[in-house]
Amino acid sequence: MTRWILGTVAATALLTGAAIAKTDVTIGLQLEPPHLDPTSAAAGAIDQVLYSNVFEGLMRFASDGSVINGLAEDWDISEDGKTYTFKLHRGVKFHDGTDLDSADVKFSLDRARAEDSVNAQKALFANIASVEAVDPLTVKVTLTAPQGNFLFNMAWGDAVIVAPESIDDIKIKPIGTGAFKFDDWKQGDSITLVKNADYWGDAAKLDKATFKFISEPTAAFGAMMAEDVDAFYSYPAPENLAQFEADPRFTVLAGNTEGETILAMNNKQAPFDNKLVREAVSHAIDRQAIIDGAMFGYGTPIGSHFAPHNPAYIDLTGNSEYDPEKAKALLAEAGMADGFKTTLKLPPPSYARRGGEIIAAQLRAVGIETEISNLEWAQWLEQAFRGKDFGLTIVSHTEPMDIGIYARPDYYFQYDNADLQKLMADFDVEADGAKRTEMLQQAQTIISEDYVNAYLFQLALTSVVNAKLQGIWPDAPTQAIDLTAVSWSE
Amino acid sequence: MLRYAIKRVGSLAISLIVASLVIFACIEVIPGDPASFMLGLNAQPDTVAALREELGLNASLATRYLSWVTGMLSGDFGTSYTYRSPVAEIIGDRLWISLPLALIALGLTVLIAFPVGILAATKRGSWADMSVMGATQLGIAIPNFWFAMLMVLLFAINLRWFSAGGFPGWENPAAALKALTLPAIALALPQASILARVMRSALLDTLSEDYIRTCRAKGLTQRQALWRHALRNAMIPVLTIIGLQFSFLLAGAIIIENVFYLPGLGRLVFQAISQRDLIMVESVVFLLVFAVIMVNFAVDLAYAWVDPRLRGRA
Repeated sequence: MTRWILGTVAATALLTGAAIAKTDVTIGLQLEPPHLDPTSAAAGAIDQVLYSNVFEGLMRFASDGSVINGLAEDWDISEDGKTYTFKLHRGVKFHDGTDLDSADVKFSLDRARAEDSVNAQKALFANIASVEAVDPLTVKVTLTAPQGNFLFNMAWGDAVIVAPESIDDIKIKPIGTGAFKFDDWKQGDSITLVKNADYWGDAAKLDKATFKFISEPTAAFGAMMAEDVDAFYSYPAPENLAQFEADPRFTVLAGNTEGETILAMNNKQAPFDNKLVREAVSHAIDRQAIIDGAMFGYGTPIGSHFAPHNPAYIDLTGNSEYDPEKAKALLAEAGMADGFKTTLKLPPPSYARRGGEIIAAQLRAVGIETEISNLEWAQWLEQAFRGKDFGLTIVSHTEPMDIGIYARPDYYFQYDNADLQKLMADFDVEADGAKRTEMLQQAQTIISEDYVNAYLFQLALTSVVNAKLQGIWPDAPTQAIDLTAVSWSE
Repeated sequence: MLRYAIKRVGSLAISLIVASLVIFACIEVIPGDPASFMLGLNAQPDTVAALREELGLNASLATRYLSWVTGMLSGDFGTSYTYRSPVAEIIGDRLWISLPLALIALGLTVLIAFPVGILAATKRGSWADMSVMGATQLGIAIPNFWFAMLMVLLFAINLRWFSAGGFPGWENPAAALKALTLPAIALALPQASILARVMRSALLDTLSEDYIRTCRAKGLTQRQALWRHALRNAMIPVLTIIGLQFSFLLAGAIIIENVFYLPGLGRLVFQAISQRDLIMVESVVFLLVFAVIMVNFAVDLAYAWVDPRLRGRA
C-alpha cells in the first residue's frame, strides 16, 4: 500500500513537473525583419530570426565565431586551393519534405552570384568560377583564384542553402533545413518558429520560439519587467541594465559583437586628407569617456578596425592615446593652430547620437568645431555613405572580419593605400593559417598608424534574459540568435 | 438633402485627387533610396542597381504616379518595397487594430464626456462643475504616452492584470479586447477632457438663448428644456470635435502604438518612412487622408440632420 502511494506521488510529481517545465520561449527584438529571405537583404533582423534556426549553409558559425561544418559533412580542398569538393550530410530534408541535394547547393550559389542577384554580400561569391553537382551528395566549387576565407564566407547568413521549389515564396514563407520550422508571422508583432521533428542533426530542445518586435525602449522595459518576454536580445536601454542585474529574476548577458564603432573621417576631403589632422583627431578622443557616457560602460576600446575577441587581434590603442595637448600640437604642425570647422553626421543608433555629442565636446577642446546633423539611416546612406558628403561620421561596422573595406578606395571614407590593397589581395589567396594571422596583424597596424579613422570601441551586446533560460549566445559572432541549444533549467 | 449630399460628394472627389498628387509629390522628393537602405553597407553598386530594377524604381515619376493611382482605383495599392507583399493586405491587417482601437477610444471619449459635460453645464458654478473643470484641465495637460507608461507600471508590472503590450490577434476576441483596453484608455482620456469642456460650453451657450427662456416660461422644467431643446442645438460644435477626434485617433496613435507595441497603422507608417518604403507611406497617408475626408463628409451630413437649416444653405 505504502509503495502504491509513493508510486502515485512520484508519478504525480513527474506529471506536474512535466506540465510546469516550459518548452517555449518568447524573445524580444527591437527590429522586425522586412521580409524573410536572408539572401536578398542586409537587414540583421532577418538573420537574427532565421540563421541556423531555419536556414543553414554549407558551413556555420559557432558561438565563439569559429567556422564549423553545417550542411557539409566533409570537404576536400585541391592542391592548388582552387577546387572545394563538399560532401553533404545524408538524409537532410527541407521543411516541405523535399530532400536536400547538390542541385539545391548549386542553385543557391549560382543564384547569389548571378548577374541580377540582389544578394547584399555578393562579394562573398565573387571568386566562384563554377559550381558543379557531381552526384546528389557531392558539390564541386571551382574558384578563379585560391581564397583563404572561402569556408568562412560560406558560413554567412547570405550564403544559406535554399531550394528552387520554395524560392518564390521565401520572403513570406521561408523553407529551410534547420532545427526549427517557420510557423507564423503576425506582421508588426511577432514571428513564431516550431521545432522540426525531422531534423537531421541534434534536435532542438524547445518546441516553440516566438520573436516579438518591440521598438520602443520603454516598452521593452515594460515587457521584460512584466515577463511578457523571456529574453530581450540586444536590450535597447542600457540605463536600465543595473536594475535588471539587481533583480534575481533576470540575468544580464554582456558580450561582444562584430561591430567596430568608428569615428570615420573623409580621407579625400580637406583637411582630413592630411594625416597629421587625422592623427590629431585620434588623439583628441577620450574613448573611455565615450564608452562610459554614451554606452553606460559597455564596450571595449579598440585601436584599429578589428574585433578584440578574434585570435589575430593586436591591441593598438596605444597609437592613439587620449592626449589633447598632442592633438593641438599636431594641428599646429598641420598649419591649423586655430583649429577648423567640419561636419559630423550622425545616424540614428544611440552609440552615434549620444557618442556624437561627447565627441563634439572633446574635439571642441582642441579647437575643432563640428556642425552636428542627425540623419535617418536612409538619409545617412544617401548623403554620407553614397554621396561621401561628410567630414566626420560615427558608425558601427557590424559585418564580421570586414577589414577588407580598407582596400576599397571608393568606400565611403575613401582610404586609398596601394600597400594595403596589395596586402589584402594577397591575404585573400593565402591559405596558411599562421601567415594569414600575420597579414591581418599587418593590416591592423597599417590602418592604425595611418589614422584612417578614429577607432572608438567594439560595440557590446547586452541582453536581458530570464535567469532560468540557458544557452543564449552571449556574443554575436554574426547577427544570429541561435536557439538550437537553448533550454529552460529545472 | 439630396442636392446637399451631391455637392458634398463632388468636393470630396476633388479633394481626393488633389491629395493624391500632393502626397505623391511630397514623398517622392524625400532623399534616400529604398534599395540601398535594404542592401546595407557592404552591397556592391551593381547589386543596388539590380534591386532598383526589380522594385520598378527606374520608371519615370509620371508612370509611377499613374500606376499607383489607377491601381488604387481597383483596390491594388502595389507591392511594398521592403515587406515585398501587397500593400493593401498589410494595411488591411493593421486596420484591424487601428480601427477598433480608434472606435473603442472614441466610444470611451463620448461615454465619459457627455455625462460629465452635461453635469458641469447644468450645475454651473457648483463644486461638481469646479472639479470637472479641474480634472479636464489635468486630462488635457498630461501627455498621453506618459499616462500610458504609468498604467503599464501599475497594471502590467505591479498588478499583472494586463500584458505590457502586444496584440494576440482577433482569433481570441476577449484577449484582443483586453490588449486594446489600456491603449484605448490612454488615448481616450485627453480627448474626453477636451470633449467634456466643449460640451459644457456649447450647452451653456444654448441654455442662455432666448428660446430656452421661452420654453421655461411655457412651463417646461429645466430638465425638459435641456433634453428637448438645448442639447440638440449644442450638438453642432460637439459633432465637429468628435469628427476631428476620430481622424486624430485613427492617424495619431503612433506614440501610443509604440508604447504598447501594437502593430497598428501608426507604427507601420513610422517604420515605412525610416525604411523608405515609399509606396507604403504614400498608400497609408492617402488612406488616412481619405478617412479624414470621409469623416468630415459624414459630419457634414450629420450637421444637416441635426440642423435642418443647413440643408438648403450648402
